[in-house]
Amino acid sequence: MKLTGAQALIKALEMEQVETVFGLPGGCILPAYDPLLDSSIRHILVRHEQGAGHMAEGYAHVTGRPGVALVTSGPAATNMVTPLMDAYMDSIPMVCITGQVSTAAIGTDAFQECDTVGITRSATKHNELVMTAQDLPMAVRQAFHIATTGRPGPTLIDVPKDCLINTMDWYWPTDEEVADSLPGYRPTTKGHPRMIKEAARLILESERPIIYAGGGILKARAAEALRELAELCDIHVVTTLMARGAFPDDHPLCLGMPGMHGNATAITVLQKSDLLITLGARFDDRITGKVSTFAPEAKVIHVDIDPAEQGKVRRPDVPIVGDAKYVIEEIIKAIRDMKAAGTAVADTSAWKSRISGWREQFPLSYEPSQPGEALKPQYCLEQLRDSAPDGTILVSGVGQHQMWSSQFWRFNEPYTWVNSGGLGTMGFSIPAAIGAKVGRPDRTVWAVDGDGCFQMTAQELVTASVERIPVKVAILNNSYLGMVRQWQEMFYDERYSEVYLSPEVPDFVKWAEAMGCVGIRVESPEEVQPAIDKANSVDDRPVVVDFRTAASEKVFPMVPAGASNDDVILPSWQNNNREFLR
Amino acid sequence: MSDTTHHILSVLVQNRPGVLARVSSLFARRGFNIFSLAVAPAEDEGFSRITVVVDVEETPLEQITKQLFKLIEVVKISELDPRRCVERELLLATVRVTPEQRGQVVELTNIFEGKILAVGVEAITVSLDGSPDKLDDFEELLDGYGIVELQRTGRVALPKLDRQARLRAVGGNSRNNNDGKAG
Repeated sequence: MKLTGAQALIKALEMEQVETVFGLPGGCILPAYDPLLDSSIRHILVRHEQGAGHMAEGYAHVTGRPGVALVTSGPAATNMVTPLMDAYMDSIPMVCITGQVSTAAIGTDAFQECDTVGITRSATKHNELVMTAQDLPMAVRQAFHIATTGRPGPTLIDVPKDCLINTMDWYWPTDEEVADSLPGYRPTTKGHPRMIKEAARLILESERPIIYAGGGILKARAAEALRELAELCDIHVVTTLMARGAFPDDHPLCLGMPGMHGNATAITVLQKSDLLITLGARFDDRITGKVSTFAPEAKVIHVDIDPAEQGKVRRPDVPIVGDAKYVIEEIIKAIRDMKAAGTAVADTSAWKSRISGWREQFPLSYEPSQPGEALKPQYCLEQLRDSAPDGTILVSGVGQHQMWSSQFWRFNEPYTWVNSGGLGTMGFSIPAAIGAKVGRPDRTVWAVDGDGCFQMTAQELVTASVERIPVKVAILNNSYLGMVRQWQEMFYDERYSEVYLSPEVPDFVKWAEAMGCVGIRVESPEEVQPAIDKANSVDDRPVVVDFRTAASEKVFPMVPAGASNDDVILPSWQNNNREFLR
Repeated sequence: MSDTTHHILSVLVQNRPGVLARVSSLFARRGFNIFSLAVAPAEDEGFSRITVVVDVEETPLEQITKQLFKLIEVVKISELDPRRCVERELLLATVRVTPEQRGQVVELTNIFEGKILAVGVEAITVSLDGSPDKLDDFEELLDGYGIVELQRTGRVALPKLDRQARLRAVGGNSRNNNDGKAG
């Protein structure tokens, strides 16, 4: 069967069971947009290519399937760099297809030419410049295979215009042909049996064990296995920013988020533990604080599908390279066998009672606003949380609102939390929420955003309106770049440098309305609930609620950058008890 | 050069456009130091062998090999033990010499079993191949006359044939003994 490269590309996407593509056409990718008209694939026309990338990420976050972005060459490709890097840092499966100038023009500084493969090399798991139409099906197969297997990540295919126009003989590579074409790519999924037994032995011996669960649990679809392990051994679990929802917050063994803005108990259990059962987490600097003082008494079991994470930050005592779901299930089997064989189980009761003590003494809390005072952002989040329908997906941007979201929401189900963890991309939430809603139209999707973040990517709400994707946006608007303001207050003697945004401009309600959304402003506590009820009742267009919140509110607890987790800064009203954490 | 800070990696890669750029940009991005690097097609069509001498003072070798192995086109990485492999490097040098000194440089080159490539009125160009240590010695002696230009290729290496070379496959996780590779 003879097809043009463009037809082959779209057919290849269909063969990969792509249902939705986020994109924006332009000169070099133009030929691909013609067969798209005849395809079953839904195309969401974005207002900026960065939006297409984050939408693909949001879609992948909630569905587990690769998000696909389709854009043209040059500036479109460079606009895609941020979402690619974001997806790379957070191990999000994503396939990006960029147009490129014709093969004959490559290297001549042609109109809208850029070295896309060169620019995105360190922002992708793999990328490829296709040089003939005939190569397209294999390139697509490879891109999806690499993006979705092993440690997931973004891949990019750069397609010159003549490769889209020229004809080719259609073929569809088999799994075997794909594997043969990638002789250097063989992800390890099965952990080493000896190491798995060793892990089981350490778990049964440990008197102060803790499960340190990371985003790998979600990537491996291992939430059920994690729960089984935790319950079988009665071990508490901390869930990192990327793993919120991987273990239910309402579970008695869940301690929530550790790290820079984690709760005091989750931070302290890592510090005091004698065994970190690390599952799909990577000892990020936001978790460890000063590495040399992190979890000083703990042995480390490290389960990760990426061998390069083993020993990158912390030398594991038991490294296990493999898929988290497979490995956890094997560890469970090994523990059951050992118990059946009469292996003694260490007494963890003293540890448990210390944990209960910390939880009692150091709950996440904030000072409610006094009558007449500005709204507290945490209060808005609590009200949003308590009014949210079951299964609501929460998507956040980056900054204070992100940390409060992670702290004050209750994630009881996997894949209900979408955020930019590793790269910390301001402006992530609106497009990611749109992608999430496209992936899960049956769910309510709330984006919690800051006023700084919102102004970076708000134009995608036009996309949402036009494409009838009814996301809901809560802006926690304090007229500041709030997290930077917090650092300047705490570490730069309250010298506020370039963090004050205008409280008057833009008018977020008018802006929302101009973009086809419902806009609501909330300035006092009594307006909060009615606004949320109204927002939850709208289902035919996006809603933006502008919560005007207290500018001086800070996120606590806080481990200052580079400081030890032992020196966590607690809210003032908990400080008298801090000796209790020692 | 001190043996404690330099290690030789023999990296078999798919011979595809941009693969060298991937390897070198990985080193740059992760802050790994390359001491020397040589690349050429391998015995098998479709593959190239990169011999890279890395400076491991700053970064543990394990991290370098694991990150390298994550590159899709990297098929195999072997760490070559300098005691159990043959290493060769080529040196070209143009040395400023007076007519009186010319004989000395020719003699020196002959002692080292090098070659005279070109002779001019005030300069002479010589070549020498051999072990990097031998080249170091030769370069030092030439330096006494005044080196105008010098180019070395960087080393290439293969495991020794006579004994079972200790060719340690270092991809995957050494302690975990997995034969697979990075995801």
